[in-house]
Amino acid sequence: MPLDRDVELDELYREIILDHYRNPRNRGSLDQPNAIGEGDNPLCGDEVRVDLDIRDGRVSDVRFEAKGCSISQASASMMTEAVKGLSLEEVDSLFETFKGMMYGSDEVDVEALGDLEALQGVRKFPVRVKCATLAWNTLQEALEEFGKGRG
Amino acid sequence: MKPSKAKTVFDVQAIRRDFPILGRQVHGKPLVYLDNAATTQKPRAVIDALVHYYEHQNANIHRAIHTLGEEATAAYEETRAKVSQFINASRPESIVFTRSATEALNLIAYAWGRANVKKGDEIVLTQMEHHSNMVPWQRLAQEVGATIKYIGVSDEGTLDLDGLDDIITEKTKLVSVTQVSNAFGTINVLDKIIAAAHRRGALAVVDGAQSVPHMPVDVQAIDCDFLAFSAHKMLGPTGVGVLYARYELLEEMEPFQSGGEMISRVRLEGASWNDVPWKFEAGTPNIADVIAFGAALDYLSALGMDNVRAHEQELTAYALRRLRQLEDIIIYGPQDTSRRGGVASFNYPDIHAHDVGTILDREGVAIRAGHHCAQPLMRRFDMAGTARASFYIYNTLEEVDALIEGVEKARAFFSHASG
Ligand SMILES: Cc1ncc(COP(=O)(O)O)c(C=O)c1O
Repeated sequence: MPLDRDVELDELYREIILDHYRNPRNRGSLDQPNAIGEGDNPLCGDEVRVDLDIRDGRVSDVRFEAKGCSISQASASMMTEAVKGLSLEEVDSLFETFKGMMYGSDEVDVEALGDLEALQGVRKFPVRVKCATLAWNTLQEALEEFGKGRG
Repeated sequence: MKPSKAKTVFDVQAIRRDFPILGRQVHGKPLVYLDNAATTQKPRAVIDALVHYYEHQNANIHRAIHTLGEEATAAYEETRAKVSQFINASRPESIVFTRSATEALNLIAYAWGRANVKKGDEIVLTQMEHHSNMVPWQRLAQEVGATIKYIGVSDEGTLDLDGLDDIITEKTKLVSVTQVSNAFGTINVLDKIIAAAHRRGALAVVDGAQSVPHMPVDVQAIDCDFLAFSAHKMLGPTGVGVLYARYELLEEMEPFQSGGEMISRVRLEGASWNDVPWKFEAGTPNIADVIAFGAALDYLSALGMDNVRAHEQELTAYALRRLRQLEDIIIYGPQDTSRRGGVASFNYPDIHAHDVGTILDREGVAIRAGHHCAQPLMRRFDMAGTARASFYIYNTLEEVDALIEGVEKARAFFSHASG
């Protein structure tokens, strides 16, 4: 069917996002995660679970399971790729940068986000921003729990 | 019901002209508003009634000795009488104004429930209830040590009444059921359930949030003890809900909130309560919105609720027919529109309702995507949510076409994008 192009819609559903949605990376669960996050979006019922294996202050492995829309699933998939191998401090700072982009801060170095930059188009759809940040908030909760366990 | 007659008396184009918002555009397309189960649009008459009150009658009610106060009181009480007539209550004093259907249900749970439901008692709900008719009872049960039992839902999205006698027992103190499911549109047949409740000496609460706006509802015929609904879902302003209760129950019940308006006499040692229904309306009520709700009731009464129902049934039948022609689509709830309100709830297996909703919004078509505040029902069908189009008096067959076109576009967008 021929479509009249809707530029903002194309920006929301960039090819790379749809690719992650269809072919999620790191989907599944870990046998022995040492940090787990479970999050949901009360607005729409979307759910995400993040399993982490943290070693020597780094994310050595990560998996996710998600029930949700294309944006929340793609965001979770992209997130797992982005944080794998990072130190916990680097994860924190990446999350800050990502949030900065999603909430429209001008001072964000979008370059530093790599593929995650593709989620920028979601900003034009305020009701969908929560879909894009769900996995990240869940990851952060998992890391906080992990930190408490240590402390 | 006479649908053939309805078509001649029901002039949708004339109705549309009464709704200023229907003239606006969304993303450059004409607004197609199909989220009426969430809230409906307001006719000029309701907006004018609000303005008229603030420009001509604004005063506090019930205590004023001046003209404005008298006029405002009369207008406020006139709406109570209109509500009473609208649902065929036996007297206007059976009508309590609240903030919403949710507050009306909470009022029952607090004022009646906490006094009458005890440890070991049972409350019966259904699996398809809106959270507003579930969570207040769960809290009550938790507090007093009562148990909640649920009437199940069939694959067709209707209530499963087999085994009703095992669910409603002599332990049951209260049964609360929605008349129409906001998620699927299923119209529940209440007689059996209410009769079973009464046989066991339990009270029957009906959640009328999705029925009173869309079809004739007669509390005496239904024989319920309580009925709750919201003005904003039936052309009225936000911030007004209705609790209908049998008058004797209201007399027996202790107040919900306390303060001004609801007392008859206050001494330092204590207070005595005002008459029913004012006993349940503590503080200055939402005067302006209640008065404007009166205009909404006038509007619906002039159309005739049989005609409203017939119009919605025609739209729903057409929408279901068109949706069924789409490949792979899953439609929830009964296909037979005589057992279904003006709701079409659907999903594509591989496209999330949110994504459908966003693409429809770009076409100016407003639907709802999500769990519709009925998460237990969504779980029953093992899904996070559905896309839901819900109709009202001003919707047209052409708008159903716009919905279908948008849904096709969503489908094409995702298959196109997958290359
Ligand atoms: C069946 C049902 N019950 C209760 C409610 C609660 O209505 P309100 O939010 O106006 O209190 C709704 C609103 O969506 C509903 O659909």
